[in-house]
Amino acid sequence: MTALARRNARTGSLAALLALAMIGLGFASVPLYRIFCQVTGFGGTTMRVAESALPAKPLGKLITIRFDSNVAQGMPWHFVPEKLTDRAAIGARKIAIYTAKNLSSAPIVGRASFNVTPIQAGKYFSKIQCFCFTEQMLKPGQEIRMPVTYFVDPKIAEDPDTKDIGEITLSYTFYPVDQSVAGR
Amino acid sequence: MTDTTASAAHSDAAHAHDHHDADHKPGFFARWFMSTNHKDIGTLYLLFAVFAGIIGGAISGLMRLELAEPGIQYLEAWSGQQGDAALHLWNVLITAHGLIMVFFMVMPAVIGGFGNWFVPIMIGAPDMAFPRMNNVSFWLTVSAFILLLGSTFVSGGIGNGAGTGWTVYAPLSTSGSPGPAVDLAILSLHLAGASSILGAVNFITTIFNMRAPGMTLHKMPLFVWSVLVTAFLLLLSLPVLAAAITMLLTDRNFGTTFYDPSGGGDPVLYQHLFWFFGHPEVYIMILPAFGIVSQIVSTFSRKPVFGYLGMAYAMVAIGVVGFVVWAHHMFTTGMSVNVKMYFTAATMVIAVPTGVKIFSWIATMWSGSISFKAPMVWALGFIFMFTVGGVTGVVLANGGVDDIMHDTYYVVAHFHYVLSLGAVFGLFAGTYYWFPKMTGRMYNEFLGHLHFWVFFVGVNVLFFPMHFLGLQGMPRRYPDYPDAQAYWNHVATNGYYIMAIGVGIFLINMIWSMLAGKKAPDNPWGEGANTLEWTLSSPPPFHQFETLPKID
Ligand code: HEM
Ligand SMILES: [Cu+2]
Repeated sequence: MTALARRNARTGSLAALLALAMIGLGFASVPLYRIFCQVTGFGGTTMRVAESALPAKPLGKLITIRFDSNVAQGMPWHFVPEKLTDRAAIGARKIAIYTAKNLSSAPIVGRASFNVTPIQAGKYFSKIQCFCFTEQMLKPGQEIRMPVTYFVDPKIAEDPDTKDIGEITLSYTFYPVDQSVAGR
Repeated sequence: MTDTTASAAHSDAAHAHDHHDADHKPGFFARWFMSTNHKDIGTLYLLFAVFAGIIGGAISGLMRLELAEPGIQYLEAWSGQQGDAALHLWNVLITAHGLIMVFFMVMPAVIGGFGNWFVPIMIGAPDMAFPRMNNVSFWLTVSAFILLLGSTFVSGGIGNGAGTGWTVYAPLSTSGSPGPAVDLAILSLHLAGASSILGAVNFITTIFNMRAPGMTLHKMPLFVWSVLVTAFLLLLSLPVLAAAITMLLTDRNFGTTFYDPSGGGDPVLYQHLFWFFGHPEVYIMILPAFGIVSQIVSTFSRKPVFGYLGMAYAMVAIGVVGFVVWAHHMFTTGMSVNVKMYFTAATMVIAVPTGVKIFSWIATMWSGSISFKAPMVWALGFIFMFTVGGVTGVVLANGGVDDIMHDTYYVVAHFHYVLSLGAVFGLFAGTYYWFPKMTGRMYNEFLGHLHFWVFFVGVNVLFFPMHFLGLQGMPRRYPDYPDAQAYWNHVATNGYYIMAIGVGIFLINMIWSMLAGKKAPDNPWGEGANTLEWTLSSPPPFHQFETLPKID
């Protein structure tokens, strides 16, 4: 190999390495993006907090919470909130109940994805307990009631992007954990 | 950089009739199918780009025909189907048009074509660093094109072909498009991307390691600078696209849910990844045109480029900033005011180095002794039209304004002013500028000017009314519109016909000049043309610079 060929091989491999690193970054963006959403509430991602994070005293202000429910295409569950709306004092602990029923003749494990709109409210919507934190298993025909314990962080009233929000919609979509259950 | 002079190689390599070793060519098959010669590969790329451009242009003709009047006129007859299946053909047309023009016309022409032909010569190198890899790049592009064309014959959901738009957004491209067509189109993008990444590695290595003695980075012609910056953009952005579309494939075929909220994914992630590639991509298409225009303006003003270093580093700045503005394509995906503000401001920052370039071109011409040969007229057309497209770009960069303009014809007008009137004008300018060098024959000056004026009028009649349509709220990617928008749509379609005549004049000029043009001297452009290619014979010997030129 001549000196030039050797130098070329080195520069060429460095450039190729750079390209490989960018491919890596492309795939790494999936977990990075998820973490980013969880931390910043981007895209209406709600916050998961401990009981102790609950403020000592709620604000005197009320906000309307709407409950929305969906199932993935082909998921044989009946999934609805018990109440469509509720009024919550900002900073107060609240519970909402959803019910789910397996309409099929096979046991199905489901998991709920979630977000809120307006999406700016995501970082102030704090869940203490939620059926969406874990997978849910329903036997054929089984029906369960599933609670969500949440509060709206009082900081929502200070952020200029969110202080005018009067209504937050909390939305869940159940999807089968085993994709082969529901034909997509 | 303007006072580069070549010595050695020229005088003895120039005379092909001596049957000097430098001009020993392999047989037809070995020469064109297994080519490792940068000029032959450049020629292959240029011919390929013309071919793909004719197909992509014909497709846009079908689109304009359908859009000439309100209502659906032709789609049902062309597709032989009714209803949604006929409308699917529309989606296939816009997808194919966008992908072909971007990946198989502009990129192969400016980077593969002119880049291969002139980067080695301009830096005084005998060839590219990796000639065999260069050949692989070209044939990967061809295979990618065949895959894309092939995808139109298999099912893409409602009808045949991939109807996802060139952006291939999920979920339309995942759960919205069953059938193999979209898989083929995605694989085609993979191959085209791999080809460009290999090309980028090749250019970077060539430019860093193979410059002739004395050719420092700061003496390199601006076209070489533009290709260097472009190569880095390719290297950093295309792999991200490759990752993004690989995840599309697994979402489609292997049950992953990267972009599917029902499995914890997010389709907006795809948009982020796509535009992280997509915005640099638009500069990939325009930077080499900047380089070409810089060479031409300097040549025909008989002056060195004004602010050479500023010009070079403006391109570097555009490249760098181009990586942090991608979400201006996503203003309507629900961002907070602060994020919008950032992307608006960052996007407008790009106008600064772009302005540096435009003013430097004008300053180069200022008090120069300008000769209005065809390449110069095209370069001037480029500067003018690109500026119009740049201005509408700055309008769209305003997050608040874009909420209204996004996905309307205003956007279509914007990107065609920077692409089909920017990048494409740069391509024509380069073609006329280097035609004598590449073929050894002069083009016909009158036809070159006629081509310019017909094409210039055509594309403006075609694309300017799209601004009005966009402001009236006509959405892009629809084959129909309300009667109120009939007038300007009709005008635009007439513009297409004018433009098509212009392309016809171009093709006639090329074919006629290649066969019967006057023999071209080594340097047809006079003292203003002082880059190394003009020191070689026209066409250059098969192997140039066997003794490296010295640059002082
Ligand atoms: C030959 C002249 C051209 C005509 C008549 C033309 C016309 C059109 C039309 C009618 C559309 C569809 C608008 C819609 O979304 O409804 C379109 C889209 C597009 N064109 Fe062109 N175009 C031309 C040249 C070019 C060139 C040279 C390029 C690239 C360098 C280009 C790139 C694109 C892209 C990227 C799209 C978007 C495709 C999509 O959104 O799926 N066009 N063009
Ligand atoms: Cu952009």
